[in-house]
Amino acid sequence: MDYSEKVLDHFMNPRNMGEIDGASGVGQVGNAKCGDIMRISLEIDEGVIKDAKFRTLGCGAAIATSSMATEMVMGKRIEDVVKITNSSVAEALDGLPPAKMHCSVLAQEALHAALYDYSIKSGVAVEGLKPPTDHDHDHDHGEEH
Amino acid sequence: MSKIIYMDNAGSTRVRQEVIDEMLPQFCEEYANPSSVYSLARKSMARIDGAREKVAALIGAQPREVFFTSSGTEANNWAIQCIANTHSDRGKHVITSSIEHPAVLNTCKHLENIGFDVTYLPVSSEGLVSPQDLANAIRPGTVLVTIMFANNEVGTIQPIAELGKIARDHGALFHTDAIQAVGHVPIDVEAQNIDLLSLSGHKFYAPKGVGALYIRKGVKICSLLHGGGHERGLRASTHNAPGISAIGKAAELAQLELAEETSYVARLRDRLTDGILSQIEHTRLNGCGDSRVPGIVNISFEYIEGESLLLLLDHKGILASSGSACTSGSLNPSHVLLAMGLSHEKAHGSLRLSLGRYNTEAEVDAVIAELVPMVKRLREMSPTYPRG
Repeated sequence: MDYSEKVLDHFMNPRNMGEIDGASGVGQVGNAKCGDIMRISLEIDEGVIKDAKFRTLGCGAAIATSSMATEMVMGKRIEDVVKITNSSVAEALDGLPPAKMHCSVLAQEALHAALYDYSIKSGVAVEGLKPPTDHDHDHDHGEEH
Repeated sequence: MSKIIYMDNAGSTRVRQEVIDEMLPQFCEEYANPSSVYSLARKSMARIDGAREKVAALIGAQPREVFFTSSGTEANNWAIQCIANTHSDRGKHVITSSIEHPAVLNTCKHLENIGFDVTYLPVSSEGLVSPQDLANAIRPGTVLVTIMFANNEVGTIQPIAELGKIARDHGALFHTDAIQAVGHVPIDVEAQNIDLLSLSGHKFYAPKGVGALYIRKGVKICSLLHGGGHERGLRASTHNAPGISAIGKAAELAQLELAEETSYVARLRDRLTDGILSQIEHTRLNGCGDSRVPGIVNISFEYIEGESLLLLLDHKGILASSGSACTSGSLNPSHVLLAMGLSHEKAHGSLRLSLGRYNTEAEVDAVIAELVPMVKRLREMSPTYPRG
């Protein structure tokens, strides 16, 4: 697989791997059937991401995108995190092979799912956030969303 | 290049020095077109004839029954497409298995597209085709049964003689893709009731770009490649004289050393398998314990995904392959592992290490030692791994 140096770096040296005890919000997306599961937990204080951690079952790109996603949200305000798209995660990694773009979609979905969990738990409305669809992760590899 | 540990011998093999020595004079000295009449060309043709004898001897065939091709894929295409077409007046039904290599599966799909009916036999959890299933599926219009000799992902060897007998008893021709078996297990086309057999040089220490199709004397088949009168008018193309000499030499060496090499490689395989299974929990060996080629170890590691393991191994110079979807570029993991009843999860987490004559015990031990922390590390990262 033709990965960028940045993807390989985040894969070999993942940032923020683990889980936050008593997280403000946790989002898990994907399923084992297609080989990728991503879980992101966030600690949020006064609308700001204080900490973010991930656990991922998946290929090199899945691990790298979740690592990058946690790095990108650190210290950001919720309304800015909502605006993070899958392509911005991919860009931050100097691109992904076309067949791996779905991994960046998962990272975006995991972030949104964690924010949604936070908004349910805390009762704080997050503008622009849709409830996570309980889909069967029925994407095509190689499809850009 | 830093030192690598090559454990992808089912993918391709390193060419043996003896084989290279056999080829080399044919590039700058004996370079004529072997079909020409002058003595230099006759020298090349003599080498081709010698190679044909050696390949034939390796599988218990007559030299005139061996036809050289450019690859195993070409041999499979030739056998399947051309037997189906040549005998379609008798029927349009073909039987194969669900775990064939894409070179067979996609050729069968092509036959379906042009009006043939294809039955894909299931396999057991060990990857075995049941002779009873074949007997049930075969019918008067079945013209061809094509079942692989040994599977390329898990190494399971099929009950070839039995399957071949059933095909013949019902008037169908029996072809086997023996690309993973030739040079690694004893083969006798007569005793094993084989009408056609595909083989490929680069799986047993010859270079890429040369293979052969065995066609039993008396079997009617048309050409796949039309052109000149090479290979007794059945397979046109200027002979790849260096490649053909190479596969001849590799066949000669394989026959001489088969017993010795098989027991050496199988010993490494068992050491590798036992080491992984005993030192890493939540693992399982995929394939058939009793009936398999000596070199292939396929193991599923639960809670991790194969490609990420391949990347970590590659980082340490260990070269292997996986049945994970992420390594194939498709959505689904290995069709072989799914056909054997593995869950998608276990198929995604599979690793194939394939051994050969150049591997050593020290390499096997090094791979086991590297795998233990790698699997631990990926499981540490995995949200599905059970934590205490």
